[in-house]
This record gives sequence, structure tokens and C-alpha cells, in this order.
Amino acid sequence: MDIGEARYADLVLLTPVGRIDHITSPDFQAKLMDAVGSGGPVPVVVDLGGVEYISSVGLRALMIASKESKKTGGTVAVTSLQPVVKEVFEISRFNYVVKVFDTPRDAVAALSGDALAALENG
Amino acid sequence: MLVRFFGTRGSLPAPLSGAGVKAKIRDALVKAIGQDLTSPEDVDRFMADSLDFAAQSTYGGDSSCVEIDADTDSYIVCDAGSGLREFGNRVMRAPAPGKQKVFNLFMSHVHWDHIMGFPFFVPAYIPGNRILIHGCHDVAVMKEAFNRQQSAPCFPVNFGQLGSTIEFVQLEAGKRYDIAGVSVTTKAQNHSGDSYGYRFEQNGRSVVYSTDSEHKLDSLDETDAFIAFFHGADLVIFDAMYSLADAFSIKEDWGHSSNIVAVELCQRADAKRLALFHHDPNSDDVTLSKILDDTIRFEDISDAGSGLEVMTAYDGLEVTL
Repeated sequence: MDIGEARYADLVLLTPVGRIDHITSPDFQAKLMDAVGSGGPVPVVVDLGGVEYISSVGLRALMIASKESKKTGGTVAVTSLQPVVKEVFEISRFNYVVKVFDTPRDAVAALSGDALAALENG
Repeated sequence: MLVRFFGTRGSLPAPLSGAGVKAKIRDALVKAIGQDLTSPEDVDRFMADSLDFAAQSTYGGDSSCVEIDADTDSYIVCDAGSGLREFGNRVMRAPAPGKQKVFNLFMSHVHWDHIMGFPFFVPAYIPGNRILIHGCHDVAVMKEAFNRQQSAPCFPVNFGQLGSTIEFVQLEAGKRYDIAGVSVTTKAQNHSGDSYGYRFEQNGRSVVYSTDSEHKLDSLDETDAFIAFFHGADLVIFDAMYSLADAFSIKEDWGHSSNIVAVELCQRADAKRLALFHHDPNSDDVTLSKILDDTIRFEDISDAGSGLEVMTAYDGLEVTL
């Protein structure tokens, strides 16, 4: 699957596109773990605005990345949930264990002042 | 083939309390205000039209026990949780025509909630009855578990004093057996101390009993093995005790699974019906109904074309296959 990546100061922003399921989740998980493990307490924001569906293995990848991130004081957050993905988060109760924001900017602003400055300065 | 649920709770029996009954009655009476209820028939109609399952009934509180009523001359029962008491009482009240007093118990494992009904299983006390306890755990382990719970100081009647003839039958995981005229396939599952699932098939009908099984989704081979085990089943009885988030976080390695994984595995296996099972004893009837509604919605948005029928098992439910 296509997964965009951008860095703003200490923060990594991932933008997967398409469907995250048992076929595509290995790529998604690898990208997430790369971002989380890229040194120090890294805040990682996953913009799910381009994701039409996420299955249990995709949610598992988010959980594994979140746990790994916490070991170094980092955070994994998601943003821009499309209606179906939002429902999956609610039914699975993942909205209680992963930070969910309306927009990438909201997430960046909450996680890193340096990253917000970098984002707004282009 | 008919599947009867006698116990559907996980971990511990969870009977509806008096306060719970009172709350249901009050809610029903409040809903009845202003209704034209002048005859018992009016009341029946009102209950059918205006009260959902949680409002007028209960999912029940007994722990795991499911009867597989097949075309056999003996009984087939999965697990001996507290629901086994009512199964035994039913047999005593109304023995099934054509069945001898031979009981085939298939044990997922011998954790307490899955054996606690046996001391209250009346047919076990009756000389002439024969009870075959099948399982994939070592027979010595199963015998010890059944003996321990029926020994002093836990229980007044020792296991060895029971009047029926009781035999333990060693099965192996990943094998198919012909038992009492039914094809029985076994499957190892991930649970503390191990557990085993059973697939029963007869006359073109199949039911899978798969409880106390954690699906960590960390192995494609393991996932594929369960999809094969469930493939085309008319009914899959599935441990859906936790939410997916809990199963992957604070309750990881507690040995149970979720409604989300249940739906996904059944869809990929082309199973026809899914019964959510092994309910959390902390979930009340309203919560279990909400989980069912959520699960039906998830089935719809995840793969609308699968045709999987989702239900929540409750004590007293009968499903004809």
C-alpha cells in the first residue's frame, strides 16, 4: 500500500492510503515501527484520512507501535478518521486506547510544539 | 443437528440479580404507560413489539455448557460449566427419545468455570449411566481436575463415589474422530494451560465449538489454520469475551478474544452463522445487546457480501442447523 511519510522537527507524520487489512497490514506495521524506532521519544501521527477501512490486524499494528513508543516516552496518535474507520474504532473500543484527533494539525499541536512550528513554517 | 446452549458466561456464573429483575419490570411498566393493554393478548403483543431482548429476558448467567443434539443414540455436550446442571435436569425430566444414558462430554479445558457444573450433574449420580469425558489434555490432568473439585474440603461427595460409570478418553489435537456417529475434529488453541476446539459434523451439517481461545494475529499460519477449522461451518461458537482493544492491551495473554476477530475469521472461513459466546460476567444484558448490535454493524461494514449471520448465545438458545 502507499504510505506517505513526512518529518516535522521531532515528529513523524504517516499518510497511508487505501485499505489496511490482512494483506496490507505488514507494510503498514513495518512503516509504523520504523517511525517509532527512529530514535528518541518520537511522536508519530498517522493521518487515516485516506484509509477507507482498517481491520483487526491494522489495529494490532497501531497497538504494537503504541506500546513500543511508550517505552521511550513517545506517542502514536491517529487523525482524520473516515466514517467507516471511525465506526471500527468505536466498535473495537480503540478510541479509548489510541489518541484520536480531528486533523493532523490538531495532533501535531498536541504532541510537539517544535513540530507545529515546522509544519506551519512549511 | 440442533445446538442447545445451557451456559454461555465466561470465567464465572453471573446470575441476574433481584435488582436487575426489578429494573426490567419497572422499565417495561414505564413503556406500557398509555398503551391499551386490556387483555393478556394485548400484553403479549406489547412485549413482542415494544420490548427488546434485554428488556424482557436475560442472556443468562451459567458458565460454558452446550449440547450438540445430533442423530445419535447418546448425548454430546461441550464443557461442564454450571450450565451442565440444567442440562442434567432436562435429561432427568424428559430423556431424549432414542438416546441411551450415555453422555459424551468434550472438554475445551479444565479451568474451573468449565468443570464446576459436574458435581451438580444428576445423571452422574445414577448407576447404569455412562459418562465419557473426552479431551486433548493429558487424561491424568483431566482426572486430577475433576477429582480435586469433588474432594474435601471443597465438596461433600467425592468424585469416586459417583454412581455412574465415568471414563476419560484421550484425544489428540489436529485429529479427526468418529464418536457416537459424529465426525469430531480437534484443534489446539491459545489459552493458559492450553485449550482445544471441536468441530462436529454429521449429515452435511457442522458446528464448531471454539471457546477460551486467544487470537493474537501474530502468525499468518495460525490464522489460516483457524480459517480452515471454521471453513463452511453452519455455526461457529466463538469466545468473544473482550473488546478488541482490551484483548490487545490490558487483557493481552488472558486467553480470550473479541467480536471483531470473530467476525473476520468467520467471514474469511465462509461460515454461515456466528454465535458470540463466553460473555464477560461483568457485562449486563443491555451491554451484551449493544455488543451484538455493534457486531452486526461491523459485519456489515467489513464485508457486506459475506452473508454471515451474527447472534449472541444465551442460556436457553436453540439453533437448528
